Amino acid sequence: MSDISLRGEAARAPVAATRASGRGIDWFFLVAVVLVVITFVRVVYFTPVEAIQGPAQKIFYLHLPAALAAFMAFGLVAITSVLYLWLKDPKLDLIAESAAEVGVVFTTMVLVSGPLWGKPVWGTWWTWDARLTLTLFLWFVYVGYLVLRGAIEDSAMRARYSAVLGILGALLIPFIHLSVYLFRTLHPMPIVLKPSAPSLPKDMLETLLLSFVSFTILFFAFLRARYHLALDRAAIEAEDRR
Amino acid sequence: MRSAKHISLLSASLLIARKDLAIEFRTRTAFFSAVVFALLGIVIFYFAWDPTAVAAIDLAPGVIWVIFTFAGLLGLHRSFGVEMADRAIDGLLGAPVPREAIYLGKALANLVFVSAVEAITIPAVALFYNMPFGGQGFAIAVIALLASIGLVAVGTLFSAMAVNTRLAELLLPMLSLPFFVPVVMPAAQATARLLAGRPVAEVAGWVRILVAFDIAFVVACMLAFPFTLEE
Repeated sequence: MSDISLRGEAARAPVAATRASGRGIDWFFLVAVVLVVITFVRVVYFTPVEAIQGPAQKIFYLHLPAALAAFMAFGLVAITSVLYLWLKDPKLDLIAESAAEVGVVFTTMVLVSGPLWGKPVWGTWWTWDARLTLTLFLWFVYVGYLVLRGAIEDSAMRARYSAVLGILGALLIPFIHLSVYLFRTLHPMPIVLKPSAPSLPKDMLETLLLSFVSFTILFFAFLRARYHLALDRAAIEAEDRR
Repeated sequence: MRSAKHISLLSASLLIARKDLAIEFRTRTAFFSAVVFALLGIVIFYFAWDPTAVAAIDLAPGVIWVIFTFAGLLGLHRSFGVEMADRAIDGLLGAPVPREAIYLGKALANLVFVSAVEAITIPAVALFYNMPFGGQGFAIAVIALLASIGLVAVGTLFSAMAVNTRLAELLLPMLSLPFFVPVVMPAAQATARLLAGRPVAEVAGWVRILVAFDIAFVVACMLAFPFTLEE
């Protein structure tokens, strides 16, 4: 038993030098975190409170940019999946894996912050509104994607299977959207719909744009860190096989 | 004897479907368990609601489609499960047929399986829930067929993937169910309206989603299928 693990450790030793932890401080990640902190300082102290919704509306500056990041992530999964099946470059698969995991984190953020905002403003934690339902199913699809990855040992097979699922998942989105939209319009529900705000006051718009920028940078920082982790894992897997 | 080259995609698919159906017809294990499962589901669902508060006619469409989905998954799991025994899949892969034919043949056999389960379940629901299926019987059968094509198209592909993983029994429903949403929701909504005696024109929107889903996913899954086989 100990003999096996010892051999494993010995095989890993040369890989350790290339690991992310050996790369020093992740400056990109640090910049992203500082930007997000600045954004929230501005959200809390320097952005006016919305007249009707009160302080709860400030969740807006977390909710919307997180949703944007999640959609970027799943778009990236679809693109890298198609490219993987075409070019068969394992790096593309690792980018897809990283994007899916980061996407699930951001979708979780959306799904948690949504009800927290919905309760005081709509009067309910959850409603089967088209957009909410779509986001929930997106979460299910990409959690399934990650579970599928975890259930396959062989890396080439894992890459092919998850690429297939990544592409079909993107194809599924318009169909879920269409059916939940039709479901809702046939059953109008007595809810206070999210007010559309095309003319956001200047202060709020600037804060929103700042949060978009900081969350986009945070997304890429997460993605980059997760991709480095995936590279290390692949290197260790390759070492173990040798 | 005809040369292998002359076997077209369609006839190769039919051969594979016939092989799967012959296995199922001789053993009948999956079919009987799926039918008994469906009947049990109908009975249990009835007692899960208060019959004085919810009318059976409001309950039936949801019950039908939830049961089809789960009974279908039983058959779908077996679809590639049988090929794993004694590595029978190697024989299929070695056969001089296009790989798309393996997918189409499997999907066709699954469609027959699911339709046969439905052909028993729908009358059973009519009996137990005292439903007037007669008037709209044809329209409901068409919707059931369209929905089954969608379920089977996605389910067959995921069955091929799930059998090669560690969590096969768990992974198939986990991957499939989100994909079944745009099938089960329109099917259940359309069935509910037809049972309530609404005109067929009122369900046109739902039928359009079903047809679009069927076309998109039969094509996409057939193209994706060769990637799920060992190279």
